[in-house]
Amino acid sequence: MSNILILGATSAIAKHTTRLFAADEHNLYLVARNKNKLSSMKQDMLVRGAKEVNYESIDLADEKQHEELIKRATEVMGSIDTVLIAYGTLGKQKKSEKNYANTLKELQINCLSVISILTIIANQFEQQGSGSIAVISSPSGDRGRQSNYIYGTAKGALTIFLQGLRNRLAKSKVHVLTIKPGFVDTPMTKDFKKGLLWVSPEVISKGIYKAINKKREVAYLPFFWRYIMLIIKAIPEKIFKHLSL
Amino acid sequence: MKNYQSWGRFPKIDSNKQDVYHVYPDSFSFPEFDEASSDNTSFLPYAQGRSYGDVCQNEEGILLDTQHLDHFIQYDKEKGTLRCEAGVTFENILQLIVPHGWFLPVTPGTKYISVGGAIANDVHGKNHHKAGTFGRYVLQFELLRSNGDRLLCSPTENSDLFNATIGGLGLTGLINWAEFSLKKIPGHQIEQETIRFNNLKEFYQLSDQSDKDWEYTVAWIDCLAKGDELGRGLFMRGNHCNSAKKLKFKTSKLSVPFDAPGFLLNKYTVSAFNKLYFKRPVKQFQKVDYNPFFYPLDAISHWNRLYGKKGFMQYQCVVPTEHREIAMQEMLMLISENGQASFLSVLKEFGNITSPGLLSFPRPGITLALDFPNRGQKTLDLLNSLDVITLKYNGAVYPAKDARMSPESFAHYYPNWKDFEPFIDPHFSSDFQRRVKPAPESKIQKK
Repeated sequence: MSNILILGATSAIAKHTTRLFAADEHNLYLVARNKNKLSSMKQDMLVRGAKEVNYESIDLADEKQHEELIKRATEVMGSIDTVLIAYGTLGKQKKSEKNYANTLKELQINCLSVISILTIIANQFEQQGSGSIAVISSPSGDRGRQSNYIYGTAKGALTIFLQGLRNRLAKSKVHVLTIKPGFVDTPMTKDFKKGLLWVSPEVISKGIYKAINKKREVAYLPFFWRYIMLIIKAIPEKIFKHLSL
Repeated sequence: MKNYQSWGRFPKIDSNKQDVYHVYPDSFSFPEFDEASSDNTSFLPYAQGRSYGDVCQNEEGILLDTQHLDHFIQYDKEKGTLRCEAGVTFENILQLIVPHGWFLPVTPGTKYISVGGAIANDVHGKNHHKAGTFGRYVLQFELLRSNGDRLLCSPTENSDLFNATIGGLGLTGLINWAEFSLKKIPGHQIEQETIRFNNLKEFYQLSDQSDKDWEYTVAWIDCLAKGDELGRGLFMRGNHCNSAKKLKFKTSKLSVPFDAPGFLLNKYTVSAFNKLYFKRPVKQFQKVDYNPFFYPLDAISHWNRLYGKKGFMQYQCVVPTEHREIAMQEMLMLISENGQASFLSVLKEFGNITSPGLLSFPRPGITLALDFPNRGQKTLDLLNSLDVITLKYNGAVYPAKDARMSPESFAHYYPNWKDFEPFIDPHFSSDFQRRVKPAPESKIQKK
């Protein structure tokens, strides 16, 4: 049994991943904005086997609260063994192109606020000499594309940060996992036309669960995205800049 | 990804035009209705879309997608009761409860249905003769009405609405959550016996003999066999049993990735299949996992695509026991002579355990379930001829599988409709309801 902190717990991917943790009888600490969703999620996790479930509703974009949040979660559970960071927004690319304030907001939520939490968690885990940090990044951080490079910038920076963190924390036996899910059919992507490459959040959650347990470093989910991105990354910039991706 | 078709994919709806609201736990509320201008916006809950016809469709109105109502709420492992939100599927439930020695009290032939759908259609299964319908095991549920009322319904509280909602085809309001009792099982396996029978008479003998000692009974029949062999098939009976060996959950592996050509299932292929299936060497006694026993078709996802783009039509009727011989004979003769082949034809004897549901389909007698690829008018004509027989012998047809019965037939099959009508939510409706009950005047009640 271990103590797991889930940030952005009510997102579709996090909810399904948490269910898999619950079945393993772990202690859970759930954080998200929506209190109603958190309270039904708590009941659900208890039925599925979670030992103990606590939750609090805060806006994770607010960095000032991070220190206190991690402190409370540590106190309530005794310690933290695993953190899953799963919150974020897809943002509106077109809006950000015209408006820097909007870009800043996207970077703030999807990258800077996550780095703020990671800073606190990394130090805590480094000190305890153990722990697993799993963060949902994105394949869109692998290469900038006109359709969503603001989101891509945030996730790309996050991916680099996680790389560095992994390198730094390796000697402290702290595991850092970068998760890169492809197209997932969730409320966040409800306005997209869905094709063959789309998968359900359940599929992604199984991949995350496995990647955490097996202490993987980088997990493209489903696996084939690794190869899709290899190809996308291999296209020469001279050609790439003319593509509408 | 979701296209909001029914499982039979007939009648087809234009999913791009279908309005859908997503329901989240504890945060959904209906819009303000303008009653003065007789606002007739109508809603209908939609979960897994496993109903075959149009009971799960509301093309003129709005569907309430309950996929996010997927939380468990309370599970009593000692007493065997479970409370969960209406969008939770039977598959989710089995994964939770089977390891603890519990099972669903009643289950249909697929586990990909929601609890809300199970109540709204008051589903039945292979144990109807012993256990009745799913509705009998419902202890209570919360119903959200379009005026914002959240009503707790049980056999003692709001009991009229409780009885109307069981088998109420989703028309009485939105079920938020439900609590029901589970069934104790010794293990996750089924002791199964398969017996070949050569005609209907042998089927009745087998069925009557098996009713007492076998929890689950069902028969597959070769609907194209004629003459002395009319109604031949395989009788399957089973009981839960203790299993020493732990089998792992096998998830579905096969899938039909795209629509098969519409001619794939024709009378020649089906007839060839039926002959082979009937004559296949059967292992008389067998211990099997509950999945292949209850849910053989769940192993092939999207099996409905085998019927081609035009979809298929189901026909399930029940005929009172006193007419079973003559009615089944007439129906099977009609089908075998017509030449439109039903790929999966199932025969089962219902018991006399009544359901609290006002509009429930099962009643004592014999039930026959058929499915036909949609060949347009030809298929509709055949089903209408089957209706003539069902009507003649005082039977009924199952709304959950229907896409074409006439208002007149419906009125005969469901005389309780008059008692049911007052419980319909003024802002709930379905394509099925509009089809079988053309509104005489404005159906909106003034507050």
